[in-house]
This record gives sequence, structure tokens and C-alpha cells, in this order.
Amino acid sequence: MKTGDTLPPLELSDISRTTLALYAGASGDHNPMHIDLDVARSAALDDVFAHGMLSMAYLGRLLTNYVPQERIRSYGVRFAAITPLHARPICTGTVVEVEDGLAHLDLTVTLTDGTVTLRGDAVIATP
Amino acid sequence: MAIDPAVIGRELPGHEAVVERGRLRFFAQAIGETNPIYSDVEAAKAAGHRDVVVPPTFLFCLDMDKPDPFGLLRDLGIDVRYILHGEQRFEYSAPAYAGDTLSYSGRVTDTYSKKNGALDFLVRTVDVTREGKPIARLTNTLVVRNPKGTK
Repeated sequence: MKTGDTLPPLELSDISRTTLALYAGASGDHNPMHIDLDVARSAALDDVFAHGMLSMAYLGRLLTNYVPQERIRSYGVRFAAITPLHARPICTGTVVEVEDGLAHLDLTVTLTDGTVTLRGDAVIATP
Repeated sequence: MAIDPAVIGRELPGHEAVVERGRLRFFAQAIGETNPIYSDVEAAKAAGHRDVVVPPTFLFCLDMDKPDPFGLLRDLGIDVRYILHGEQRFEYSAPAYAGDTLSYSGRVTDTYSKKNGALDFLVRTVDVTREGKPIARLTNTLVVRNPKGTK
């Protein structure tokens, strides 16, 4: 692992209502704004939107596809934009620094229209 | 409506969560994870793990399993329809596996406003331990949109 390395991108398929219903059940996040159109409309939104943590979980897959999970020391994200229904996230990552046995990664989730929805970072122990 | 800064330092009700294999399998399915160490005990053991591996963000899910996950927000008069997740961070000390009993203890660590009060922020820090030893620290920043504060 060296500075400038890029992680193999992870392209997700369309986020459907089923995706959100399953994620709500599996994650335990039952906030109705992600699964109940009536509640979303009562808050003046046109539709439900994806859980931010679903995208963070996708980005976590990018990481664990790249390194054994036990080497991840920290992993954080800032949620920059809502992920609408039917969006197709693409997870990417770059090694920005390797120093003292630790690799620092920049991580991003982008939608196919170019919207950046998550910006993150991770610190990984190098072998 | 700004969040009263007196909430900073408030201890949140702790809870214990048992990591269940079936729940991890369901979670792996929901996020499209196909690496079997996250869903199948035999595959996990073959890869050198003592049981199915808890994936990086799942510790957050077990925090939502507390008896009243939106209790703090209700106490603060925050409508869950207007919350957004602002930031989330995990600092890992040791891996966790199916079968573990994890203890959660958290507190409110900050609150502040932006955009002339149109957005309020609430920061919580949660420590996860197993038999007294650290597993991870989670830092969660919640954003509250105030419809009346916007034009």
C-alpha cells in the first residue's frame, strides 16, 4: 500500500424501496422518513430518502474488500447530501499518506449524476 | 429552536446488546455484502475468526437497539422527521463477533447551531466494551433542520 494507490471502486445498484425496507429492519433504524411515504410527505418532502448509514455500510464494504477488517483503526464520514430513492452510489477511495505503519485513506460516495453524498476517511494499519 | 447547551455532559441510558448470527446475516444481505465471513460461521472460522465478524458500521445498529432510541430527541423536543445524520465516526480497539455481549454507554458531548439557527447540531459519544475491555468509540453528529428558521 503506497500513497496514490486507488481502491477498486464499488458500484451499487439502484436503491429501491425494498433496499430501504430491508436496511431498516436489519439495521434497527426505524425512522419512518426512510420507509414511509406518508411521513416523508408530512415533512414536505416528495419521497423517502436512503439512510445515510446504508451508504456508510457500502463504503465500509469498499474498505473490507481492500484490507482485512481487523486492520481498520478508524473510519469516519461526513454526510454531504441526501441519497434519493433510485440513486446508484459509487464508492471510491485513495491512499493519501503512508507513515509510521499507518495508511490514511480518503473515501467518497458519489451518485451517477456527480453528487457527492459522503466524504470519509480511514486509518489502516499496514502489514 | 436551539438545543439547550445544558444537555452537554448528559449521560445517556446504557444498554447491553447480544450480537446474533442471524441478525448479522440479515445485515450482510441488506447491504449486499457477499464475503461469507459476515454471514456464515464456518466460513468465518475457516478464515481464522472465532465467529461471524461484526462489520465496520454494525456497532451503530446495536446502539439503535436500546430500549428507547429516540428518547433523548423526544426529551429535547426534536421531531425525528427533521433530523439528518451529519457525521459518524468509529475508532476501533478490538474486533467483535457473533455471540459477544457488548455494553454501550454514551453521553452528549456537544451542541451548536449554524446558518442563523436553521440547523442545530447534537454530538454524542458512545463507548462500546466487552467484559470491560474497549471495542470501539462511536461519535455521532446529528443535524436538526428547523423549518421555521429557513426562508
